[in-house]
Amino acid sequence: MSYVTDLRCRECGQIYPIEPLHVCETCFGPLEVSYDYGRIRGALSRSTIESRPRNLWRYRELLPVAQEVEMGPFSGFTPLLEAKRLGAEIGLKHLFLKDDTVNHPTLSYKDRVVSVAIAKALEFGFDTVSCASTGNLATAVAAHAARAGLRCFIFMPDGVEQGKVVGSTIYGAQVISIRGNYDDVNRLCSEIADKYGWAFVNINLRPYYTEGAKTFGFEVAEQLGWRLPDHIVLPTAGGTILPKVAKAFRELREVGLVEDGAARIYCAQAAGSAPVIRALHKGSDLIEPVKPDTIAKSIAIGNPADGFYVLRAVRESGGWGEAVSDDEIVAAIRLLARTEGVFAEPAGGTTLGVAIKLVEQGRIARDETVVVSITGNGYKTIEAVAGSIEQPFLIEARLKDFDALFERLLNGKRRRARG
Amino acid sequence: MPVRVRVPTPLRRFTAGSGEVSAVGDSIRDVIEDLEHRHPGLRERLLDESGELRRFVNIYLNGDDIRFLDRLSSRVKDGDDVSIVPAIAGGK
Repeated sequence: MSYVTDLRCRECGQIYPIEPLHVCETCFGPLEVSYDYGRIRGALSRSTIESRPRNLWRYRELLPVAQEVEMGPFSGFTPLLEAKRLGAEIGLKHLFLKDDTVNHPTLSYKDRVVSVAIAKALEFGFDTVSCASTGNLATAVAAHAARAGLRCFIFMPDGVEQGKVVGSTIYGAQVISIRGNYDDVNRLCSEIADKYGWAFVNINLRPYYTEGAKTFGFEVAEQLGWRLPDHIVLPTAGGTILPKVAKAFRELREVGLVEDGAARIYCAQAAGSAPVIRALHKGSDLIEPVKPDTIAKSIAIGNPADGFYVLRAVRESGGWGEAVSDDEIVAAIRLLARTEGVFAEPAGGTTLGVAIKLVEQGRIARDETVVVSITGNGYKTIEAVAGSIEQPFLIEARLKDFDALFERLLNGKRRRARG
Repeated sequence: MPVRVRVPTPLRRFTAGSGEVSAVGDSIRDVIEDLEHRHPGLRERLLDESGELRRFVNIYLNGDDIRFLDRLSSRVKDGDDVSIVPAIAGGK
């Protein structure tokens, strides 16, 4: 049993059955899952959800999956951390971090979307899952496919770092390097999806895959005691998570799980890949593609297909957006680690950097509730910050050498404090 | 000038199932007009009411997104490869 009604084109409204389809045949617009909210309202309560295991299937009525779904690595329900020390540094009294650096099993928000895609691949009877990716998505698909017993092919542009190949191959996935760039790989994958009939999580399973991103928003609301934050800052790459968190908040009100309140939603991009922010600041609906140049590789998409929906969700919520430089991203990663013990990948440095900017601009008031989204783990992207980190001191294994060094360090601190 | 045009699955019902067709023209806009002539119905799938490229359609000329070139006015020459690809939002 499921509460899903059909797939609908977000552009022209055309209706399609629940099948592995992702673009409207009439206008190429993206397809979106629709639900019978009236029935969900009758079936789902706060206490029902709270009684379930702490993973993303606790929201299964609002996901496009068979309701008996009890499979997979049980991703989601990551911590919502109150960040008092960081808040004090940046001037916020009620700052929270939604911490997907510890999402299970591959340490990024992608475990959410891939959970739903794999459940759907099994329902549709696929035996092979695949994706084009060089990073978080690849590792998530490979790990979830291993546990589901599905064959897995991962396509990457050639020349990516060894670590990324290892991060997928270790799970038994077949990694194929393609001569060309990310766009070339994506184009090839849509042709392979057609010809081989495989489940590509972000192509022919895209309408289902993207629904998994809503669980990020459901959890934020539940963890705040079934209310929405005043503000939430989300990163934008292809444009999946931000509109889906907006949809999650809308659905929670629609089915009566959250009574009132409205969150302002803010888009964060790296300055070296900020096509959505440019359009937002220009007041335009047209997103001009860019060639990305930033250390924030996981969000470096220059031609975001769902960028338009990001703009719309941000504007409808009364939010805003900003871009931050690579230096600001690194500074924010370090600040977050130093104050809260959370090591984020550059996408998390981007959302925090943007939050800092929004506070400085006066768009976020000091005593309002703010959630900063941390969508991936810094241990996967050590190279992004390694160059800016102090090298360790090297001394002999003698106490007097350490005494001398410690004295020097103390003096250095005093000098800095005076200066 | 004949060019090769790769046609994605959702549009193949206009090309009798063919994934690759040829067309002529000096610019992408000309090529689309010629495609419409040979395969009626294709143009309105690619262009909106104001004659601009639809938001969810990408066209690549020899592998380059025409939004980085001269958009619909991008010049094409004999033997060029044109690909029509529905926009795919990645997630990397």
